Amino acid sequence: MPTVDLASSPLRELNGALHRLTPSTNATHWTVTNPRGQHNIAVGLDFPVEIEIDGHVGYYCAGMNKQARVTVRGNAGQGVAENMMSGRVHVTGDASQAAGASGNGGLLVIDGNASARCGISMKGIDIVVKGSVGHLSAFMAQAGKLVVLGDAGEALGDSIYEAQLFVRGTVTSLGADCIEKPLNDEHKVELKKLLDEAGVEGVRPDEFKRYGSARKLYHFHIDNVGSY
Amino acid sequence: MCGIAGLFLKDQSLAPELGGLLSGMLEALSDRGPDSAGFAVYGDGDAGQIKLTLRAAQSFDFAELMASLGKVAGAPIAYQVHDTHAVISLPVDREATIAAALVGNKDVDMVARGKRMAVFKEVGLPADVAKRFGLNTMSGTHAVGHTRMATESAVTTNGAHPFTTGTDQCLVHNGSLSNHNDVRRELIRLGMTFRTENDSEVAAGYISSQMAAGASLQDAMTSSLSALDGFYTFVIGTETGFGVLRDPIACKPAVMAETDRWVAFGTEYRALVDLPGIDTAKVWEPEPAKVYLWERH
Repeated sequence: MPTVDLASSPLRELNGALHRLTPSTNATHWTVTNPRGQHNIAVGLDFPVEIEIDGHVGYYCAGMNKQARVTVRGNAGQGVAENMMSGRVHVTGDASQAAGASGNGGLLVIDGNASARCGISMKGIDIVVKGSVGHLSAFMAQAGKLVVLGDAGEALGDSIYEAQLFVRGTVTSLGADCIEKPLNDEHKVELKKLLDEAGVEGVRPDEFKRYGSARKLYHFHIDNVGSY
Repeated sequence: MCGIAGLFLKDQSLAPELGGLLSGMLEALSDRGPDSAGFAVYGDGDAGQIKLTLRAAQSFDFAELMASLGKVAGAPIAYQVHDTHAVISLPVDREATIAAALVGNKDVDMVARGKRMAVFKEVGLPADVAKRFGLNTMSGTHAVGHTRMATESAVTTNGAHPFTTGTDQCLVHNGSLSNHNDVRRELIRLGMTFRTENDSEVAAGYISSQMAAGASLQDAMTSSLSALDGFYTFVIGTETGFGVLRDPIACKPAVMAETDRWVAFGTEYRALVDLPGIDTAKVWEPEPAKVYLWERH
């Protein structure tokens, strides 16, 4: 159970130590204190380790994560869990812009709100936001699921590909080529599974609306040339 | 890039610490803006008195200038020197005489006017700039600071922030405006003058022109949403007010924090970590296109 105090220990040492972990290690549960908004905390991990960060973090926390389970007890700056491949990242507070950007896999859970461009260009990551998301969330989202228990801002799912969006509250506006789609039983099953994984209780899948691609933009069609 | 730090005190027992706190906030934003730094501090003000901030070259002899201004005014001038800047405090009825005596003096620029505001800015690393001016020792009710990474105009003292275009009014900007030349021409037509080609000075001038026409700070900030095009996070100071505004797509980062004792703005959370009580503060990201405003009453 190593504890690393970032007020006295350089961030590079922490990240280096986490990168050097091997299957024989007993150090599978790390606590990080005094993050003080530093950028790039616990980035590039590729090991099934549990990391708890006590406090607010800066940009790109847990970026490129593979396998690790990272918990931020506080708010996260821009690009938390960006490019995540697998594992789980949990933010107990709010997340700034571009949370889960370009993520390929794994689960990102945000207990508070996420601001603009949450899940931008997501490629397979699942994101559960218990609060609301800002404008241009799921912009060019290709695969994966974005679940929002609160509201979504302007231009949700603009230029979306095959990601699935579930919003329980209101959507200020849908972006280009994003439409509401029926919430069928198979979607409810998937959504229920995701809500359970995210530890959401007392919320039913049928409270959500589902949004996805109208598939009119992402294959070139001369009639849509003005919209590209 | 660029970094903004702003601090508005609700609990006036913190007033002596204002400069020290802002200094730490600016230093934390050094890597966002290593070219130049500046700050406006709203300190004490006496009824009937006005503060003029003067700026000169490094080796300038302010004592000599003040002696000659004292002769012109017929009374000694109260002033404080902060490195390349000096802040004069004088009765309003003597201001015209002093201002007239400064006209034509090529060695000295009058860079700010306020009942309570003084503005300091220089080229250099934020920590060095803060130290040169003795920011640590300054007290007041609120302060606005900036660390600059120049994109739209040259690295000069005049190009550093804050920009002040009206009495007790200042603005700092993170971003870049795309229609500043148009707006500048319009404001010049209305009689405003500008020191630089800088886009941020135009934003300051726009707010000042709106307020000169009778708008409240709230209204001026609201109308700037449609008048100014581009990327921006603004933090604006007036004699009693402290405002924050982000462009509608929130292009530039911003974090705010609030406790019972203060409200703070930082481009990044790193700027806020040493504020007293930050661990239990409400910390949030200001929403795009929403006017945030705090006023002293």
